[in-house]
Amino acid sequence: MTLPLFIEQTLNGVQFGVMLFLMAAGLTLIFGVMGLINLAHGALYMVGAFAAAATAAATGSFILALAASVVFAAFAGVLVETLIIRRLYGRDHLDQVLATFALVLIFAEGTRWVFGSFPLFLDKPDWLSGTVMLPFGIEYSLYRLAIILVGLVVAAGLFWLIGRTRVGMQIRAGENDREMIAALGVNISRLYTLVFALGAGLAGFAGALIGAIQSVQVGMGDSVLILAFVVIVIGGIGSIKGAFVGALLVGLTDTLGRQLLPMFFALFMEPAAATSTGASLASMAIYLLMAAVLILRPKGLFGGA
Amino acid sequence: MTIKSLITATAIGALGALALPTAHAQAEGLKVGMITTLSGGGAGLGIDVRDGFMLAVNQAGRSDLEVVIEDDQRKPDIAVQLADKMIQSEKVDVLTGIIWSNLAMAVVPAATAQGKFYLSPNAGPSQLAGRGCHQNYFNVAWQNDNLHEAAGAYANSAELKNSFILAPNYPAGKDALTGYKRFYEGALAGEVYTKLGQTDYAAEIAQIRASGADSVFFFLPGGMGISFLKQYADSGVDLPVVGPAFSFDQGILQAVGDAALGVKNTSQWNKDIDTAANAAFVASFQEAYGRLPSLYASQGFDTANLLISAMDKADVKDADAFRAALKAADFTSVRGAFAFGDNNHPIQDIYVREVIKEGDVYTNKIVATGLSNHADAYAADCKM
Repeated sequence: MTLPLFIEQTLNGVQFGVMLFLMAAGLTLIFGVMGLINLAHGALYMVGAFAAAATAAATGSFILALAASVVFAAFAGVLVETLIIRRLYGRDHLDQVLATFALVLIFAEGTRWVFGSFPLFLDKPDWLSGTVMLPFGIEYSLYRLAIILVGLVVAAGLFWLIGRTRVGMQIRAGENDREMIAALGVNISRLYTLVFALGAGLAGFAGALIGAIQSVQVGMGDSVLILAFVVIVIGGIGSIKGAFVGALLVGLTDTLGRQLLPMFFALFMEPAAATSTGASLASMAIYLLMAAVLILRPKGLFGGA
Repeated sequence: MTIKSLITATAIGALGALALPTAHAQAEGLKVGMITTLSGGGAGLGIDVRDGFMLAVNQAGRSDLEVVIEDDQRKPDIAVQLADKMIQSEKVDVLTGIIWSNLAMAVVPAATAQGKFYLSPNAGPSQLAGRGCHQNYFNVAWQNDNLHEAAGAYANSAELKNSFILAPNYPAGKDALTGYKRFYEGALAGEVYTKLGQTDYAAEIAQIRASGADSVFFFLPGGMGISFLKQYADSGVDLPVVGPAFSFDQGILQAVGDAALGVKNTSQWNKDIDTAANAAFVASFQEAYGRLPSLYASQGFDTANLLISAMDKADVKDADAFRAALKAADFTSVRGAFAFGDNNHPIQDIYVREVIKEGDVYTNKIVATGLSNHADAYAADCKM
């Protein structure tokens, strides 16, 4: 494998990881602060993508579409939190899983009801189309490069929000001891709604960014949700830093695994068998990574602090 | 979330019966059970098959034809439950509707073993065309390999010599690459199996770029194809793309947009096939549903018309006569010439289409015939 191909695949892995981080950040915050397993997080990702596609179709502006994705997903998050999820904080995880799974189905069929069963069109704007030349003669998609940059900026903003602001302090305190910060006079239910809206908005934003290069369709959030859970388990549940490192690890493992494993098996197997075995093992790679991390650090890389 | 819709043809059929007062030979009636995917990912295909099928049923306006429709949610276990229910409590005579090969494998052998007829409007797994064929199983669409074989034949005629080929890592994906390689004579720059349901193809596109290929063949149905095409168009890789119609059907093209323009794809049907039956089908489908039909809709429409043609000739209670009537395929297919081979799979022309833009709508036009009177490769293994 040549160096440019390796660098391009590494960039692809980082881009995938950054996107996963946007999903996983909200999921891990919601679990860390409220102790809630939210299966409906993938549905909010879908809501963001559909809101963006509808806005882009109506206005033609990609920036407006991105803004709409955050606003609509956050709004859907607030609605769901105040109407349904608020009643689940005291219940055990099984009840939460059941109720949020019901939400997944409701969102999926509701979206189909409004938008129909056929995929929607959402494209990147012209000024982000095409490719750029990077050093070492690498031709790389401008849009993917933009996703990496935007994702890193959002990640930095999130670290600042959690680590340096008053709201962030309350969120961190909420992770440590819910009763105590309620006793100290923090409006805990408003904090919960805020965290949920933040997580939902990030998921919706990720949905819109990815929707532009994938297909905007019902059920698009399901596979991403599973990966996001893998990320937060690897990173340690509740830890933003863990989500970031976990997301990059998963992104790189998945992308490079798909490239390298078939090549590795081709060293000592028939080409056809190597392709097939390599592909099968590559789709397992991130789960093997998760298993390995859990054996070495049962609470995840940054968990249990 | 299971949608149950019981559609008796009486309401719509009443009008038709007045217009067509011919006495049908059978007073007994026939009940069809349609199991198809109406919710979840891939629902667009099932909805198209259902709409095409019901359009033909409504146009025939027969009061002796009853259709029961159920949603399999693309899940084999649910499809099996529905089939049991339809056979045992609904007492259907004919089953149809399944989109996905893995669901067909779960339902069809059991249904035909119980003496029911099964008409496939889409799935055509190689197992059911070869050794596992059955006299009561009729495929009205294609055997899975067919469109890929035509793509391979097209690649030869377009003088493509070094293809990079990819498909998802599941049985129909393997059938696809096998089908392409069966006819394609050039070299392979690379062969990649992706994960089923994969949405990001950056890693594969990077490999294509590095492989030195002169063309790309892919089979990525539904949303997978949309993702691949959009990312491919944005990658700066500028090789010609060939694929089966599944990634370029009417339901998907609007979501792909300009990225699909000019792509060559293979199909047994297109809306510009110049026959009176096809023109009438396209116009009436548009009028009834407000959208252009896809190849899935054409398959549903043909399936219903095949069934109705058999009803005109024989009573379903006389299984041998009804089977012979189905096998005769005495109906006007919207794709033009249509006949069943020995294994009850179609012998038909497969066309090469090109994606174009008509006004604001992305669609296909036929540019060549890929394979004429094409039968599948498994017929020899079928002993009925």
